[in-house]
Amino acid sequence: MKERSAGTINADRAPPGRVAYVNARLLDPATGLDAKGAVLTDGEIIIDFGPGLFAGGVPASVAAVDCRGACLAPGLVDMRVQLREPGEEHKETLRTAGEAAVAGGVTSMVCLPNTDPPIDDVAAVEFVARRARMIGLAKVYPYAAATRALAGEELAEIGMLKEAGALAFTDGVRAIGDALMMRRVLSYAATFGAMIIQHPEEPSLAEGGLMNEGEMATRLGLAGIPAAAEAMLLERDVRLVELTGARYHAAHLSTASGADVIRSAKARDLPVTADTAPPYFALNELAVGDWRSFAKLSPPLRSEYDRRAIVAAIADGTIDAIASDHAPQDQDSKRQPFAQAAFGGVGLETLLAVTLELFHNGHLTLLQTIERLSWAPARLLGLPAGRLKAGAAADLVMFDPDRAWKVDPEANFRSKSKNSPFDGRRVQGKVLRTVVDGRCVFQADD
Amino acid sequence: MPQPRFPHRHLLGIEGLGPAEIAQLLDLADGYVDQNRKSDRKSGALRGKTVINLFFESSTRTRTSFELATKRLGADAINMQVAASSVTKGETLIDTAMTLNAMHLDVLVVRHPDSGAVHLLSQKVNCAVVNAGDGSNEHPTQALLDALTIRRRKGHLDGLSVAICGDVAHSRVARSNIHLLNTMGARVRLVAPRTLLPAAIERLGVEVFHDMREGLRDVDIVMMLRLQSERMRGSHIASVREYFRFFGLDYDKLKMAKPDALIMHPGPMNRGVEIDSDLADDVERSVILQQVEMGVAVRMACLDALVNGAAAEARR
Repeated sequence: MKERSAGTINADRAPPGRVAYVNARLLDPATGLDAKGAVLTDGEIIIDFGPGLFAGGVPASVAAVDCRGACLAPGLVDMRVQLREPGEEHKETLRTAGEAAVAGGVTSMVCLPNTDPPIDDVAAVEFVARRARMIGLAKVYPYAAATRALAGEELAEIGMLKEAGALAFTDGVRAIGDALMMRRVLSYAATFGAMIIQHPEEPSLAEGGLMNEGEMATRLGLAGIPAAAEAMLLERDVRLVELTGARYHAAHLSTASGADVIRSAKARDLPVTADTAPPYFALNELAVGDWRSFAKLSPPLRSEYDRRAIVAAIADGTIDAIASDHAPQDQDSKRQPFAQAAFGGVGLETLLAVTLELFHNGHLTLLQTIERLSWAPARLLGLPAGRLKAGAAADLVMFDPDRAWKVDPEANFRSKSKNSPFDGRRVQGKVLRTVVDGRCVFQADD
Repeated sequence: MPQPRFPHRHLLGIEGLGPAEIAQLLDLADGYVDQNRKSDRKSGALRGKTVINLFFESSTRTRTSFELATKRLGADAINMQVAASSVTKGETLIDTAMTLNAMHLDVLVVRHPDSGAVHLLSQKVNCAVVNAGDGSNEHPTQALLDALTIRRRKGHLDGLSVAICGDVAHSRVARSNIHLLNTMGARVRLVAPRTLLPAAIERLGVEVFHDMREGLRDVDIVMMLRLQSERMRGSHIASVREYFRFFGLDYDKLKMAKPDALIMHPGPMNRGVEIDSDLADDVERSVILQQVEMGVAVRMACLDALVNGAAAEARR
């Protein structure tokens, strides 16, 4: 047990018995279920759920959890997280990330291969999986490198890494910039039915850039990264997808023109999907303010025009999923002149609340919001998660979509790093309880 | 020996040969196999003729095989090894051809690293030209010797299911075999990672597999291709160990093929890369050395057909 001001983490491995979650608002985006009801879990799995369940009361043999009208949904599936272990444990470890995840309602997360050493061989894939199982909080699935050492020069062992459990292949925060290399990566991945995830940013245009190119960057005297860098690489990649037939996913879309490329690729039935992260629909380049390094992200925060286009792309389904893009950086990396500060922000603990702004502002229904955070990423990665279903793993999040709180990383975050671009933001939507494999791994105070 | 009725001036590729012409070359070669197993292996079919092996690319087995074939037919054989990189291509190739042409040859056997170079050369000389491999285009005598090996073991070619596995993109052997096997009524499958398959290859009438077990299911023949070392690390495949794991032929994957499936390889082999070493030496399954033996007989048949066939008759 670990006490924090905002709740309790529980990594006990004791197998749970039968637990009934009653008086809940059930949300299952896969089937469109949104109704008052109950869920019954037995050990690690859901065995029953529905509006009529336990209408006549819970038998004495079953432990009852009264949800008091809160939402009960499949646990969130965060498809883009940087874990920093192995290699940068001073920024984050699998344990601290696991605690941050369950405090944020995330029951499955997928980590990028940009560790040190990088996840580009079978042993590294197995290390991450084994460590996460030992810790017993959120489930962790690794992506593996698309190219050896993420260097963009030689193919990684995609076949063997996939067999070892790598969900998809990516060079992490680095774009695969060379067109011939990308073609071969896509062809080779298609051989094994593997998906390639791109950081869509033309490297030669982004080189040296610190924030979105435009008036704000000019006034601050910072080198810019043009929005076109995103669309250009996406356009090229879509051509290569046509050529190779490979499964392609674009990570953290940030621009209107980038979303347009994905929209038209989908209209042509190409095997292309995309995600974005809360900063790109909840913030714009003004957050950089006076050289605020916590707002230095990759891709950079864009214009208000782009932000609105990302909201629209989420609403119309062009963007399939929302991920935290969790990128922990320590004080030494962030308390720097803007140019020298590291890119990235933590996001696991604000993922749900900031994404619920799309619901509160009327862009998505509550079910659609949850779908982008759980069922959609699970479906596109082929993960057995994101559903309320008899026989499925009992991975659940109980939350109050209306409860207000203020983001205060120093006081409340379990992530080892506190570099949140949402620091000080007032948000609505609080995780009350997180359940992984039937075990209550996080419970909020109150 | 029957008088060959081969109506072509040159043997530049399998593409364009009909089934009867291919069958006739194989029949002729069958006879030479028998002759080559006798104590007196010489015939006089090419007595007084001159054959030059002009190789712009290093080769041991193909050049030796042609040389032996030439000598067993009683002709004079001369080998010319030319480093293609040291000559300016095009003009010099034609100059070389014209020079040789002036020496009154009967057959020019040519290997060249550029696709189409042998065709270009054939337009400039009066003698017959045999393509001994041009770039990634064709290697017709290899396909013929493969066919002869199969036909002698299986009795026929039509209806057989043949899996060609490995680096198809850069293989002239694969292209010649695809043409020959399709012409003779066999069914051809290709098994390779997508990075080693050329574009639109299925338009050549083959079925493509990326999962070797699926590709080998119930086939009669497994033809392995050599993986060039420069393609082994990073550029087209990730590593040798991954290649062997997914696309190398071993006993386990071979279980998917018919119990009497034959294993072939044009050589030289990379043991432990595209083929398990024990399997390559397994006399029950591997016909790799028979392929070498058939090579000499097939080349004798080709030389005989070109020099003494219908086209040559017409020329005289």
